Amino acid sequence: MSGIVAQNLNRQSGLIKAAEAGGGAWTFISKTTASGDSTISIASGIDSTYGVYLITCKSIHPSNTATEFTINFRDGSTAYDADKVTTYIKIRHAEADDLDNFVYDTGNDATGTGGHLLMENVGNQNDASTSGTIYLYNPSSTTFVKNYICDFHSMAPDPAVADHILSAGYCNVTAAIDGVQFAFDTGNIDSGDFCLYGLST
Amino acid sequence: MSGIVTQNVLGNSGLIKAVEAAGGAWAEIKTLTASSSATLSFVNGADNVVLDSTYPIYVFEFISLHPATDDSQFQFNFSVDTGSNYNVTKTTNLVKAHHSEGDTSDLAQDTGNDMQQSTSFANLCVSIDNDADSNISGKFWLFNPSSTTFAKHFLSDIQQVEHGSYAHRALCGGYGNTTSAVDAIQFKMGSGNTDAGKIKLFGLKDS
Repeated sequence: MSGIVAQNLNRQSGLIKAAEAGGGAWTFISKTTASGDSTISIASGIDSTYGVYLITCKSIHPSNTATEFTINFRDGSTAYDADKVTTYIKIRHAEADDLDNFVYDTGNDATGTGGHLLMENVGNQNDASTSGTIYLYNPSSTTFVKNYICDFHSMAPDPAVADHILSAGYCNVTAAIDGVQFAFDTGNIDSGDFCLYGLST
Repeated sequence: MSGIVTQNVLGNSGLIKAVEAAGGAWAEIKTLTASSSATLSFVNGADNVVLDSTYPIYVFEFISLHPATDDSQFQFNFSVDTGSNYNVTKTTNLVKAHHSEGDTSDLAQDTGNDMQQSTSFANLCVSIDNDADSNISGKFWLFNPSSTTFAKHFLSDIQQVEHGSYAHRALCGGYGNTTSAVDAIQFKMGSGNTDAGKIKLFGLKDS
């Protein structure tokens, strides 16, 4: 190719060479928006294409107050019930400054096939929600258990508390994990966005 | 702009419009480089900064920020009026893990440096050492700043050299307790300037 190759970005007229392609290691895969759903499933897009997956949860708002927000994993069947071992660290500080709390919460870690608790006591005040991230490592492996790391924040109801939950665990299976499902323990997911990204490794 | 705007990628001659910039899921928006800076501000619409509904989630990466003053704090505040005022009400929580070069360690909630319903600047980490080789690095996630419905949650994770030669990791979370859109954010040291380092702003695409 010959001809126009020079950068000309600062001029307002004439032939303008396009910007360089940006690239980037993270790839957007899908977005799922909740609207009064009992569960939100990401049932496709998690496979061997990427080594690490990131799921972002933005402004997840429950229909019921003081609910528990959970994730579960699909490991070969249609059910979201992979066996798990989890840890749960809680950091809290109340708006009224009458509660500070930093503990390893043995009441909320878990073993078994039930949902992994991402955030407890999510309020349903109009301005309340929970947001956070889940990193899922090597889900397509049929050799290793599947480690994942979660970091969430929310506004607890009455009294309002800044809740920060650091949880993690592993799906204790060597079957591939190919889907995840979110739910509140009571009521629906009124609103919120769930985005899936893949990291080239 | 007028002129050549159509795609012509199948043509083997003539003027060919370049492919769209591919990008990744993280769009790099702005880098601020500190140089004895009292404040470092990202204001939507100023200096090519985007901090609005374009992206649902924003990530700030702190790279080797060095304070001018020893034993300082690294702080932030939100603005809802494009930087005219940095004074959004916030409630935060802060945990620190530290381990000295002399092999003493501790893990605790730092209740003296968290915040309740305060409009002041919030501490993301404290007791920063300013030896020539000391610095802080980390990240700050901001969720849905343009919402006019929800409070604005954030999560930060910073590794620093603490005054007294400690490896210090600070985990801070909280929310801007406002339903107004957050359209600017300012970072600064609690005392003295930020001598050097970079803050990079990324937007996470959701399509």
